[in-house]
Amino acid sequence: MSVGLAHYLVVSGILFSLGLLGVILRRNLLVIYMGLEMMLNAANLALVAFSRFTNNLDGQVFVFFIITVAAAEVAVGLALIVALYRRRQSAHVEDLTFMKL
Amino acid sequence: MTADLFFYLFAACTLVCGFLVIANPFSLNPVTSAMFLVLTMVFLAGLFVLLHAFFLAAIQVLVYAGAVMVLFLFVIMLLDLKTEERRRLKVFGIATGLIAVGAILSIFFRTLARAPLGASPAPELEGSTMALGKLLFTRYLLPFEVVSVLLLVAMIGAIFLSKKELK
Repeated sequence: MSVGLAHYLVVSGILFSLGLLGVILRRNLLVIYMGLEMMLNAANLALVAFSRFTNNLDGQVFVFFIITVAAAEVAVGLALIVALYRRRQSAHVEDLTFMKL
Repeated sequence: MTADLFFYLFAACTLVCGFLVIANPFSLNPVTSAMFLVLTMVFLAGLFVLLHAFFLAAIQVLVYAGAVMVLFLFVIMLLDLKTEERRRLKVFGIATGLIAVGAILSIFFRTLARAPLGASPAPELEGSTMALGKLLFTRYLLPFEVVSVLLLVAMIGAIFLSKKELK
Protein backbone atom coordinates (compact mmCIF):
# COMPACT_ATOMS: atom_id res chain seq x y z
CA MET A 1 0.00 0.00 0.00
CA SER A 2 1.45 3.28 -1.07
CA VAL A 3 1.95 6.04 1.49
CA GLY A 4 -0.89 8.55 1.34
CA LEU A 5 -2.46 11.35 3.31
CA ALA A 6 -3.87 9.00 5.97
CA HIS A 7 -0.39 7.73 6.88
CA TYR A 8 0.89 11.23 7.58
CA LEU A 9 -2.24 12.08 9.55
CA VAL A 10 -1.79 9.00 11.74
CA VAL A 11 1.81 9.97 12.51
CA SER A 12 0.70 13.52 13.26
CA GLY A 13 -2.08 12.34 15.56
CA ILE A 14 0.19 10.01 17.51
CA LEU A 15 2.82 12.73 17.86
CA PHE A 16 0.15 15.13 19.14
CA SER A 17 -0.98 12.56 21.71
CA LEU A 18 2.60 12.04 22.84
CA GLY A 19 2.96 15.78 23.37
CA LEU A 20 -0.28 15.88 25.35
CA LEU A 21 0.84 12.91 27.43
CA GLY A 22 4.07 14.76 28.19
CA VAL A 23 2.19 17.87 29.29
CA ILE A 24 0.00 15.86 31.66
CA LEU A 25 2.64 13.39 32.86
CA ARG A 26 5.72 15.48 33.50
CA ARG A 27 5.90 17.97 36.34
CA ASN A 28 8.88 19.99 35.16
CA LEU A 29 8.00 23.29 33.48
CA LEU A 30 10.68 22.91 30.83
CA VAL A 31 9.61 19.41 29.83
CA ILE A 32 5.97 20.57 29.74
CA TYR A 33 7.13 23.25 27.33
CA MET A 34 8.82 20.62 25.17
CA GLY A 35 5.54 18.72 25.07
CA LEU A 36 3.82 21.87 23.82
CA GLU A 37 6.43 22.21 21.09
CA MET A 38 5.80 18.61 20.04
CA MET A 39 2.07 19.30 19.76
CA LEU A 40 2.76 22.33 17.57
CA ASN A 41 5.01 20.22 15.38
CA ALA A 42 2.35 17.56 14.99
CA ALA A 43 -0.07 20.23 13.76
CA ASN A 44 2.61 21.44 11.34
CA LEU A 45 3.04 17.95 9.92
CA ALA A 46 -0.71 17.60 9.35
CA LEU A 47 -0.83 20.99 7.63
CA VAL A 48 2.07 20.17 5.31
CA ALA A 49 0.54 16.81 4.45
CA PHE A 50 -2.83 18.41 3.63
CA SER A 51 -1.06 21.07 1.57
CA ARG A 52 0.79 18.44 -0.44
CA PHE A 53 -2.18 16.18 -1.09
CA THR A 54 -4.65 18.94 -1.98
CA ASN A 55 -2.20 20.79 -4.24
CA ASN A 56 -2.50 24.01 -2.29
CA LEU A 57 0.51 25.94 -1.02
CA ASP A 58 -1.46 27.93 1.58
CA GLY A 59 -0.93 25.23 4.18
CA GLN A 60 2.82 25.61 3.96
CA VAL A 61 2.58 29.39 4.37
CA PHE A 62 0.50 28.72 7.47
CA VAL A 63 3.21 26.39 8.82
CA PHE A 64 5.76 29.15 8.21
CA PHE A 65 3.71 31.50 10.40
CA ILE A 66 3.25 28.82 13.06
CA ILE A 67 7.01 28.28 13.28
CA THR A 68 7.56 32.03 13.67
CA VAL A 69 4.92 32.36 16.39
CA ALA A 70 6.29 29.28 18.17
CA ALA A 71 9.77 30.83 18.22
CA ALA A 72 8.37 34.03 19.76
CA GLU A 73 6.39 31.97 22.25
CA VAL A 74 9.45 30.01 23.33
CA ALA A 75 11.48 33.19 23.84
CA VAL A 76 8.86 34.82 26.09
CA GLY A 77 7.95 31.58 27.86
CA LEU A 78 11.51 30.69 28.75
CA ALA A 79 12.11 34.25 29.99
CA LEU A 80 9.06 33.81 32.23
CA ILE A 81 10.37 30.47 33.51
CA VAL A 82 13.74 32.03 34.33
CA ALA A 83 12.05 34.94 36.16
CA LEU A 84 9.90 32.46 38.09
CA TYR A 85 12.92 30.34 39.01
CA ARG A 86 14.72 33.42 40.35
CA ARG A 87 11.83 34.09 42.71
CA ARG A 88 10.94 30.57 43.82
CA GLN A 89 14.09 28.52 43.19
CA SER A 90 12.06 25.81 41.49
CA ALA A 91 10.83 24.92 38.02
CA HIS A 92 8.53 22.22 39.27
CA VAL A 93 4.79 22.75 39.01
CA GLU A 94 4.06 21.09 42.35
CA ASP A 95 6.16 23.73 44.11
CA LEU A 96 4.40 26.58 42.34
CA THR A 97 1.02 26.50 44.01
CA PHE A 98 1.02 29.97 45.55
CA MET A 99 -1.94 31.06 43.41
CA LYS A 100 -4.09 28.31 44.89
CA LEU A 101 -6.85 29.56 47.18
CA MET B 1 9.04 2.55 -3.26
CA THR B 2 12.17 4.08 -1.75
CA ALA B 3 10.12 7.07 -0.62
CA ASP B 4 7.69 4.73 1.17
CA LEU B 5 10.56 3.00 2.91
CA PHE B 6 11.94 6.35 4.04
CA PHE B 7 8.50 7.39 5.25
CA TYR B 8 8.26 4.39 7.56
CA LEU B 9 11.83 4.92 8.76
CA PHE B 10 11.35 8.61 9.55
CA ALA B 11 7.89 8.10 11.07
CA ALA B 12 9.13 5.34 13.38
CA CYS B 13 12.17 7.38 14.43
CA THR B 14 10.02 10.48 15.05
CA LEU B 15 7.57 8.61 17.25
CA VAL B 16 10.23 6.69 19.19
CA CYS B 17 12.21 9.87 19.87
CA GLY B 18 9.00 11.70 20.76
CA PHE B 19 8.18 9.01 23.29
CA LEU B 20 11.68 9.20 24.76
CA VAL B 21 11.24 12.98 25.21
CA ILE B 22 8.30 12.59 27.56
CA ALA B 23 8.90 9.24 29.26
CA ASN B 24 12.49 8.12 29.07
CA PRO B 25 12.72 4.99 31.25
CA PHE B 26 16.41 5.58 31.99
CA SER B 27 16.54 9.24 32.93
CA LEU B 28 14.13 12.05 33.71
CA ASN B 29 16.85 14.62 33.12
CA PRO B 30 15.56 17.59 31.06
CA VAL B 31 18.80 17.62 29.04
CA THR B 32 18.07 14.11 27.75
CA SER B 33 14.55 15.19 26.87
CA ALA B 34 15.88 18.21 24.98
CA MET B 35 18.35 16.07 23.03
CA PHE B 36 15.62 13.64 21.98
CA LEU B 37 13.41 16.60 21.04
CA VAL B 38 16.19 17.77 18.68
CA LEU B 39 16.17 14.30 17.08
CA THR B 40 12.37 14.44 16.76
CA MET B 41 12.61 17.78 14.97
CA VAL B 42 15.27 16.51 12.58
CA PHE B 43 13.26 13.41 11.65
CA LEU B 44 10.18 15.61 11.16
CA ALA B 45 12.26 17.70 8.75
CA GLY B 46 12.92 14.42 6.90
CA LEU B 47 9.16 13.86 6.65
CA PHE B 48 8.80 17.41 5.29
CA VAL B 49 11.35 16.59 2.58
CA LEU B 50 9.32 13.50 1.66
CA LEU B 51 6.30 15.82 1.31
CA HIS B 52 8.37 18.04 -1.03
CA ALA B 53 8.26 20.95 1.42
CA PHE B 54 11.96 21.70 1.03
CA PHE B 55 11.88 25.26 2.36
CA LEU B 56 9.99 24.23 5.48
CA ALA B 57 12.37 21.32 6.07
CA ALA B 58 15.31 23.75 6.08
CA ILE B 59 13.42 26.18 8.34
CA GLN B 60 12.54 23.32 10.68
CA VAL B 61 16.18 22.35 11.11
CA LEU B 62 17.42 25.95 11.39
CA VAL B 63 14.75 27.41 13.67
CA TYR B 64 13.59 24.44 15.73
CA ALA B 65 16.56 22.11 15.94
CA GLY B 66 18.92 25.08 15.93
CA ALA B 67 17.61 28.20 17.61
CA VAL B 68 14.75 27.00 19.79
CA MET B 69 16.52 23.98 21.20
CA VAL B 70 19.71 25.95 21.90
CA LEU B 71 17.53 28.38 23.86
CA PHE B 72 16.06 25.43 25.78
CA LEU B 73 19.50 24.06 26.60
CA PHE B 74 20.72 27.49 27.71
CA VAL B 75 17.82 27.81 30.12
CA ILE B 76 18.32 24.26 31.41
CA MET B 77 21.94 25.06 32.16
CA LEU B 78 20.95 28.39 33.74
CA LEU B 79 18.61 26.67 36.17
CA ASP B 80 19.85 24.15 38.66
CA LEU B 81 17.69 21.13 37.97
CA LYS B 82 19.56 18.42 39.84
CA THR B 83 16.60 17.67 42.07
CA GLU B 84 14.49 16.74 39.06
CA GLU B 85 16.18 13.37 38.68
CA ARG B 86 15.09 12.29 42.13
CA ARG B 87 11.41 12.89 41.41
CA ARG B 88 9.35 10.01 40.18
CA LEU B 89 6.32 10.03 37.93
CA LYS B 90 3.07 9.77 39.86
CA VAL B 91 0.66 6.88 39.26
CA PHE B 92 -2.27 9.31 39.32
CA GLY B 93 -0.62 11.43 36.64
CA ILE B 94 0.08 8.39 34.46
CA ALA B 95 -3.53 7.18 34.78
CA THR B 96 -5.13 10.54 33.95
CA GLY B 97 -2.67 11.12 31.15
CA LEU B 98 -3.35 7.76 29.55
CA ILE B 99 -7.13 8.25 29.83
CA ALA B 100 -6.96 11.69 28.21
CA VAL B 101 -4.66 10.52 25.45
CA GLY B 102 -6.78 7.42 24.82
CA ALA B 103 -9.88 9.61 24.45
CA ILE B 104 -8.12 11.97 22.03
CA LEU B 105 -6.70 9.07 19.99
CA SER B 106 -10.06 7.28 19.76
CA ILE B 107 -11.78 10.48 18.57
CA PHE B 108 -8.99 10.99 16.07
CA PHE B 109 -9.03 7.49 14.62
CA ARG B 110 -12.84 7.39 14.40
CA THR B 111 -12.76 10.65 12.46
CA LEU B 112 -10.02 9.36 10.21
CA ALA B 113 -11.87 6.12 9.50
CA ARG B 114 -14.97 8.03 8.40
CA ALA B 115 -13.21 10.79 6.50
CA PRO B 116 -13.59 10.53 2.72
CA LEU B 117 -9.87 10.73 2.03
CA GLY B 118 -10.05 8.29 -0.85
CA ALA B 119 -7.11 7.17 -2.91
CA SER B 120 -4.84 10.16 -3.16
CA PRO B 121 -3.88 11.12 -6.71
CA ALA B 122 -0.25 11.66 -7.57
CA PRO B 123 0.42 15.15 -6.19
CA GLU B 124 2.71 17.52 -7.99
CA LEU B 125 3.02 20.36 -5.52
CA GLU B 126 6.55 21.63 -4.83
CA GLY B 127 7.12 23.71 -1.72
CA SER B 128 10.20 25.41 -3.08
CA THR B 129 11.59 28.65 -1.71
CA MET B 130 10.52 30.56 -4.81
CA ALA B 131 6.91 29.38 -4.73
CA LEU B 132 6.55 30.09 -1.01
CA GLY B 133 8.31 33.44 -1.30
CA LYS B 134 6.02 34.56 -4.09
CA LEU B 135 2.99 33.70 -1.98
CA LEU B 136 4.45 35.34 1.13
CA PHE B 137 5.17 38.64 -0.61
CA THR B 138 1.92 38.90 -2.55
CA ARG B 139 -1.15 37.39 -0.96
CA TYR B 140 0.25 37.07 2.56
CA LEU B 141 2.15 40.36 2.70
CA LEU B 142 0.14 41.84 5.59
CA PRO B 143 0.39 38.74 7.86
CA PHE B 144 4.10 38.61 7.06
CA GLU B 145 4.60 42.18 8.29
CA VAL B 146 2.42 41.58 11.35
CA VAL B 147 4.54 38.56 12.24
CA SER B 148 7.68 40.68 12.10
CA VAL B 149 6.10 43.10 14.59
CA LEU B 150 5.20 40.09 16.76
CA LEU B 151 8.83 38.97 16.77
CA LEU B 152 9.90 42.47 17.83
CA VAL B 153 7.35 42.45 20.66
CA ALA B 154 8.55 39.01 21.79
CA MET B 155 12.15 40.22 21.79
CA ILE B 156 11.34 43.28 23.90
CA GLY B 157 9.23 41.14 26.22
CA ALA B 158 11.98 38.56 26.72
CA ILE B 159 14.56 41.28 27.47
CA PHE B 160 12.21 43.01 29.89
CA LEU B 161 11.27 39.78 31.70
CA SER B 162 14.84 38.66 32.18
CA LYS B 163 15.98 41.91 33.79
CA LYS B 164 17.24 41.58 37.33
CA GLU B 165 14.31 43.16 39.17
CA LEU B 166 10.89 43.58 37.67
CA LYS B 167 9.13 46.80 38.58
